[in-house]
Amino acid sequence: MYEGVIQTLIDELGRFPGIGPKSAQRIAFFVVQDAKYDPSTLAGLLATIRETIHYCITCGNLTENEQCSICSDPRRDHSTICVVEEAKDVAAIERTREYDGVYHVLGGVINPMNGVGPEQLNLKTLIKRLGDETVTEVILATNSTVEGEATSSYLSRMIQPIGVTVTRLASGLPVGADLEYADEITLGRAFSGRRNVE
Amino acid sequence: MQRRRAQTASDNGNMQLYEDAAIVLRTHKLGEADRIITLLGREYGKIRAVAKGVRKPTSKFGGRLEPFMVVNAQFRHGRSLDIVAGAETLRAYSDPISRDYNRYTAGNTIVETADILTNADRGNDHYTLLLGALGSLARGDHTPELVRGSYILRALTIAGWQPIFDRCVRCGRTEPISHVAIALGGAVCDDCAVPGTPKVEAETLALLQALLLGDWSVADTSTSFARAESASIIAAYLQFVLERRISSITVGNQA
Ligand SMILES: [Zn+2]
Ligand SMILES: [Zn+2]
Repeated sequence: MYEGVIQTLIDELGRFPGIGPKSAQRIAFFVVQDAKYDPSTLAGLLATIRETIHYCITCGNLTENEQCSICSDPRRDHSTICVVEEAKDVAAIERTREYDGVYHVLGGVINPMNGVGPEQLNLKTLIKRLGDETVTEVILATNSTVEGEATSSYLSRMIQPIGVTVTRLASGLPVGADLEYADEITLGRAFSGRRNVE
Repeated sequence: MQRRRAQTASDNGNMQLYEDAAIVLRTHKLGEADRIITLLGREYGKIRAVAKGVRKPTSKFGGRLEPFMVVNAQFRHGRSLDIVAGAETLRAYSDPISRDYNRYTAGNTIVETADILTNADRGNDHYTLLLGALGSLARGDHTPELVRGSYILRALTIAGWQPIFDRCVRCGRTEPISHVAIALGGAVCDDCAVPGTPKVEAETLALLQALLLGDWSVADTSTSFARAESASIIAAYLQFVLERRISSITVGNQA
């Protein structure tokens, strides 16, 4: 334990995911002691980030504007929508550079025991997007967990009657693993080898 | 068989493992790449253990610790929670259940019910019944909602809450019975029914009895009306007995 405000800083840093007590202590001492480091940039960002960042009105991705940079980019293929669980999955897929369509972020997966059903997900805007005739393919890119598979089966049952092609990422992504931890090559292969959902 | 935890250390100082056949009930994310796995073991009853690195694509566990999987698993005692040391697949039910949304929602209510009932009760009858219900769901033997209904009635019976549908719970008469009183635990005759007791069709009572006994020839040929009415009676009885709302039932009704 340290005195007063330094311990408060260590405790606050320790609340971040992946930051244990040792790392929190190292960061705190770095901020205090390294004269070349200017903490005002980070302080400013932390103070305003929640007011600055919104959910994209079209896809649910995180953005500073009303619409995210992917949805508002005319060079992207707006006829293909890739459905993912979380905004961090958009980032993982973008790193592969295999995909030039647009996204839809669900904000979770169907998990009945935790009280999360279709009504708790960002689905109303997805249905609205599919009503517009430009969309021809929906790629289901939820995690290959039980909850991700079940969410995909719900979505394909919902989307297929609309007459849009539904595809699922190819296997090769290990079952039980989170999409965000897949390497770019495996994830890229899963995209190019995606298969139709019967 | 004697149920007891293995000693924490053997003579040579190695941490001793314990091993059991177990069904994965649910999982919770923990930290960056781990999960807490809740299982129902055949011998040990409820087991909660940490699976380290299970969310990484390189994990040795693969998909073996997903809900509905039946595994033979080894556990090591930990400071607060035990640690999953290894797991081999006995029955791969996750995939066939999660690929069909009706199976998935039924399966969720089944494992949620098992999770709650086995907090107090460690008998391995629960394990055997759960294994049978999930196997039936995975193979698609019967309509998922019927498998769920039958499982709930029989699991409550194991826990000491057997409902009665073939006679009046108050006077024992077998007819005319055309009401169900949830708080009394089953059917009541016309004379015993207090005003306001909901009326139930004879075919619904017949289906409830068939689900309780596992008489699938009757259950499989039941009407959709009887299925809907019995499903709501079973849900109401379960939540009355457990004195709580079952999340997966509420979500399942969203369809
Ligand atoms: Zn967007
Ligand atoms: Zn009576």
